[in-house]
Amino acid sequence: MSMAQHAEPAVTTPPASGPEQTDGRTAQRPLALRLLARPEVGVFLGAAAVLVFFLVVAPSVRQGSSMATILYQSSTIGIMALPVALLMIGGEFDLSSGVAVISSALTASMLSYQLTMNVWVGVFVALLVSLAIGFFNGWVVVKTGLPSFLVTLGTFLILQGANLAVTKWVTGNVATDDISDMDGFSQAKKVFASSFDVGGVQVKITVVWWLVFAALATWVLLRTKYGNWIFAVGGNKDSARAVGVPVTFTKISLFMLVGFGAWFIGMHNLFSFNTVQSGEGVGQELIYISAAVIGGCLLTGGSGSAIGPVFGAFMFGMVQQGIVYAGWNPDWFKAFLGVMLLGAVLINLWVQRTATRR
Amino acid sequence: MDRSSRSRSRRLAPVVAVAAAAALTLAGCSSSHGGKKSEEAAQSASAGKANTPRMTVALVTHQAPGDTFWDTVRKGAEAAAAKDNIKLIYSADPNAGNQANLVQNAIDQKVDGIAVTLAKPDAMKSVIGKAEQSGIPVVGLNSGLSDWKNLGLLEFFGQDESVAGEAFGSKLNSTGAKKVVCVIQEQGNIGLTQRCDGVKKTFQGTTETLYVNGTDMPSVKSTITAKLKQDSAIDTVVTLGAPFALTAVQSVGDAGSKAKVATFDLNKDLVKAVQNGSIEFAVDQQPYLQGYLAVDSLWLYKNNGNYSGGGVQPVLTGPAFVDKSNVDKVAEFAAKGTR
Repeated sequence: MSMAQHAEPAVTTPPASGPEQTDGRTAQRPLALRLLARPEVGVFLGAAAVLVFFLVVAPSVRQGSSMATILYQSSTIGIMALPVALLMIGGEFDLSSGVAVISSALTASMLSYQLTMNVWVGVFVALLVSLAIGFFNGWVVVKTGLPSFLVTLGTFLILQGANLAVTKWVTGNVATDDISDMDGFSQAKKVFASSFDVGGVQVKITVVWWLVFAALATWVLLRTKYGNWIFAVGGNKDSARAVGVPVTFTKISLFMLVGFGAWFIGMHNLFSFNTVQSGEGVGQELIYISAAVIGGCLLTGGSGSAIGPVFGAFMFGMVQQGIVYAGWNPDWFKAFLGVMLLGAVLINLWVQRTATRR
Repeated sequence: MDRSSRSRSRRLAPVVAVAAAAALTLAGCSSSHGGKKSEEAAQSASAGKANTPRMTVALVTHQAPGDTFWDTVRKGAEAAAAKDNIKLIYSADPNAGNQANLVQNAIDQKVDGIAVTLAKPDAMKSVIGKAEQSGIPVVGLNSGLSDWKNLGLLEFFGQDESVAGEAFGSKLNSTGAKKVVCVIQEQGNIGLTQRCDGVKKTFQGTTETLYVNGTDMPSVKSTITAKLKQDSAIDTVVTLGAPFALTAVQSVGDAGSKAKVATFDLNKDLVKAVQNGSIEFAVDQQPYLQGYLAVDSLWLYKNNGNYSGGGVQPVLTGPAFVDKSNVDKVAEFAAKGTR
């Protein structure tokens, strides 16, 4: 595995196997500092600080049901933040992810309704459409060498317009028709938008999916060849290619992974709200990207983790709902959100600096 | 892959698609409930057709893309245009400067009349002046109730948001509500703020404001849930748009609260919710009427010199209440997306 230097830190030093490998170079650095140097630890501390802060100032956060609401909010951001983070580690960027969620939901809803099909047909076609959007983004980026910022900005605008125009053209309205009485709806709702009881608290299924996807992404990133490829193409594409990493495949598949995430959240939106408004989703891409960046993924690629964005998304959900639980003056809502996030990122930065200082 | 097999696969594609669709249908994938098949073929309102000379009218609004409300305004305008033998040019931009440019565009096209919304009146002032200098009549609709006369508009069709809010507040008093939360889906929108302020003015209980991120429904849902949990005294959730009301109903369930939901604005799903009692009532400013009257009034002005409201008073299109007592009458129109 000498082909990808960028991947090495993540692959060869899992925290558990640290102590045996002392060869003199890492001997002076205590375990605590080495832990702190990992990208996700700073954001973990930041998220913990925000959590403690709101537990103190907002009594209602202390209830289990409030935590379920916060986790639900975090999960709808977090499920998308994961593939967005992997893509970012792979050195690319997707501005179309917010509206792509709505495109997917619109596809599933309109196809099922207009053809009077079982909703699962719509769900699977929407998956194909979402993967195709991801493939298109990846393919254009790889083949043209244009910055992904530009390519996905184009896709963002195309999808935003198409969402509206196609919905209007097909349904005559700007929102889709209610599909909640159609065959397969209740099954699909169980998969994408149900909730279950944990000690009297209703927890949304998206929270489970979020954690499952995060575990899966962590495993892929740290334990598989594909994970190495992601770090390698994000670190230096040309040297990665020189040592035999399939750069084209890796980048395109990462974009398709974002497509998968958009599909999943799109299905959640559809099956929890029955109809989809075609104008939604704009601006969400920045929230996903923020969650990934707060989670320790570098905007320049080559570094990051899958568990960091989990805490990043949690921090977003916590701040957004915490302000409401605290009952603060809502005029300041956005400003509070900004201050909190900036504060959390600064803690993150400070922790990393302290940890890596000799 | 060589050339010949590629062209063959291209020729095969439609065949495969048709076969797949047929297979899906045969495999029992079609839904036995709901869907397009169960939707009635509804006809839009039609009132004959004028044989006056063809004229062109521009409708320029501050609509953000994909908003049900504005789509209804546009449908009203299109119905009036079809009736009056008018060519309707619809354009919209939420950014005030861009909206002003769109009005300039209409002037450049030498249209016979302009209908415009005044969400940000100051930004529209100079371009409306230019239209008047060019001899193009301009009417206002929806927003700009306090400014249309100063800007020299012929007439105005809309709802006084404060009046609507006040009527809403009085209605809440009769439902026995004590504490309401007014949910604003777009921070800084003056019309939405006026609605909540109006509610606050006449409602005898306590009114609180809550901001939600209107472009992200899951976030709207969890934020309202959080608010209901934070303050269990809240007995009514007031939303300012139909999709948000339907989401608020889910939040109430999630929070285990007994709060009722009432809202501004209608759509067809909301009508169903009023019918089944999950939403108490809705106040409707009749967006279809706003679009219809604005376009129709320009036709009347050109062909008969009429001024609705005498050119002095605005023509109010709301607030009309929709609740259990009258919802069935509204339902058939809402199904077409015109109420």
